[in-house]
Amino acid sequence: MEAPALSLKNVRKNFGPVEIIRGVDLDIARGERHAIIGPNGAGKTTLFNLISGRFPISSGSIALNGTRIDQLPPQNISRLGLSRSFQITSIFHRMTVFENIRCALLWSSGYRYSFWSPLWTQKALNRQAEQLLDELNLASRRDLQAGLLSYAEQRALEIGITIAGGATVVLLDEPTAGMSHSETEYAQALIRRVTEGKTLLMVEHDMGVVFGLADRISVVVYGQVIASGKPEDIRNDRAVKEAYLGALTE
Amino acid sequence: MNEAAAKPPKRSRQLWLWAALILIGVAMPWVFYDWHTARQSGFVLTMMSQMGMMVIFSLSYNMLMGQSGLLSFGHAVLFGLGGYCTVHFLEAAGHHSFPVPLELIPLCAGLTGLGFGIVYGYIAATQRATAFAMITLGLGELTTTAGIMFHHFFGGEGGISTDRTNASSLFGLSYGASVQVYYLILAWTVLAALGMLFLTKTPLGAMANATRDNFERARFMGYDPRRVRFLQFALSGFFAGIGGGLYAITYEIVTYDAVSGALSANVVLMTYIGGATFFYGPILGAILITLLQSGLSLLSNAWLIYVGVLFIGMVTFAPSGLAGIIGAHGPLARAGRLGRLLVPYLRLSIPAFATLIGFSGAVELTSFLTIGEAQGKHLVLFGETIQVWTPQPWIVTAILLIGGGIWLRRECRAFARIWDDLNADLKDRSL
Repeated sequence: MEAPALSLKNVRKNFGPVEIIRGVDLDIARGERHAIIGPNGAGKTTLFNLISGRFPISSGSIALNGTRIDQLPPQNISRLGLSRSFQITSIFHRMTVFENIRCALLWSSGYRYSFWSPLWTQKALNRQAEQLLDELNLASRRDLQAGLLSYAEQRALEIGITIAGGATVVLLDEPTAGMSHSETEYAQALIRRVTEGKTLLMVEHDMGVVFGLADRISVVVYGQVIASGKPEDIRNDRAVKEAYLGALTE
Repeated sequence: MNEAAAKPPKRSRQLWLWAALILIGVAMPWVFYDWHTARQSGFVLTMMSQMGMMVIFSLSYNMLMGQSGLLSFGHAVLFGLGGYCTVHFLEAAGHHSFPVPLELIPLCAGLTGLGFGIVYGYIAATQRATAFAMITLGLGELTTTAGIMFHHFFGGEGGISTDRTNASSLFGLSYGASVQVYYLILAWTVLAALGMLFLTKTPLGAMANATRDNFERARFMGYDPRRVRFLQFALSGFFAGIGGGLYAITYEIVTYDAVSGALSANVVLMTYIGGATFFYGPILGAILITLLQSGLSLLSNAWLIYVGVLFIGMVTFAPSGLAGIIGAHGPLARAGRLGRLLVPYLRLSIPAFATLIGFSGAVELTSFLTIGEAQGKHLVLFGETIQVWTPQPWIVTAILLIGGGIWLRRECRAFARIWDDLNADLKDRSL
């Protein structure tokens, strides 16, 4: 059987004496769109930080397409085809929108640390960056400093940087946080479009986006996965209702 | 697509500007040619030579500061070690054991700079921000101390000296005359500047900017920020080494001053005042500071105070430097509205001038009261000796400084209003 895109086995993380992630087991199949929901402080973003290598795990194991990644630094995990976005927009503020996207393409295009290939002659690379800007609807902002974009545009750029490198597993951390209703709808369509054929794992609070996008949903409460399954199962799960959804509808 | 089409003319205009600057560099020795003695002005040649090496040096520094966001307090180490090695190369050339023509010796100096850049970069580039600055400070002090301690290589406090005519020449030149050396420096300055400009347009240059803005995000894109910092550091060492090589060739002596903290501080000053956020900023800074060093130091005992105040003023009011000030006028210039600022600038210049006179009066009076007195000098203005012990000059100075200062503040506010209005108007039109 094909190894899952992402496989977490009994992952634990403690900061000092406080255990934030208390034994998470999670398998994400290839090509699946998987949403993680849960109340604030449940450890969803921490889980992302562990998977992407931002923090080391305390115990357990994480595998990407069957390869252990839990001891690797972020750049090595990224090179294996896992990419992530950030809840707090994390872009290159003083560079132009175009440069932001192009930087995100560099490693996967094989340029590494080259200081001998002039970027202006790399036609394929530049064309690829332009195409992505079109897809993100940011072509008109091409030469603007990224820090000057509107919030929604910065979020779109954030997603663009995340998927630019051609990662097969994409982690999106609250991609629609702080967006208006129409912006959220637009972002949802964008996410659906750019993650076509990829494995998507996302943390999201907007239930419309979650139930609209996800093939499967996991509910994280207090550092543990209390339920995992299809959207309709999760909607009807008694434990979930009590622990999470119930709290919202009350 | 429209914007892309609008770009080429702007770039060609910039190109003309640079061509003009190089032309000025070529012509300068002949502008100040003394037809009686049939010689170029030694003062101008020395100053222009110094400018050339400082341009290379500060551009190389900006590979760290402006482009990678790394504040180094020990950059002179790479410059000075390039210089020391060049002296040894020239000495070896004197013994016929170093068959490299003088024209290419700066390249050898660059390679030694690269070598030291690799060693020092290996240590310093593990860290960023404050820790990086502290490490470079330590490495700088370490090297200065070594420069005094290890006589064999560094020659102790007296330094080591050489004779540049030891080396052969590709073009059969003797390099006895400093005008020949000047043109060698000019050629290397242009080459080095082009090289560094090229680097900014490569993947490494782009990722240096990226790690400057957000090193963590760069990691999640597959890049190791430490590797980026290390490569930038080593390559900047290459260019700093070229600068140091030219220094050794020009002065034919290198002492520990060339690796010292004072020179390291100077390059921070040049780069910052010129503007670290623009590629050409350090060029402006190096030219301006060298002008002040050569010109102002002849005029005033207290010239360092002016440089210091200029630095503080820039940090406070124009953190993106001279290039930033020029760049801020770009949108207005493109809209053809720069003329609207003429009158406001004139209004600004009067109190600014008064304040400047008042300030320099205060500095000079104090200086003549203390250092000048000890040296037996007198302050002479327009042929009249000023009695620095009498109250009159102090009163005039105080009125100019305080009155001018208050007036300047008011004019600055008025200017800021006009500036904001013009730019807001421009923004409205573009939307």
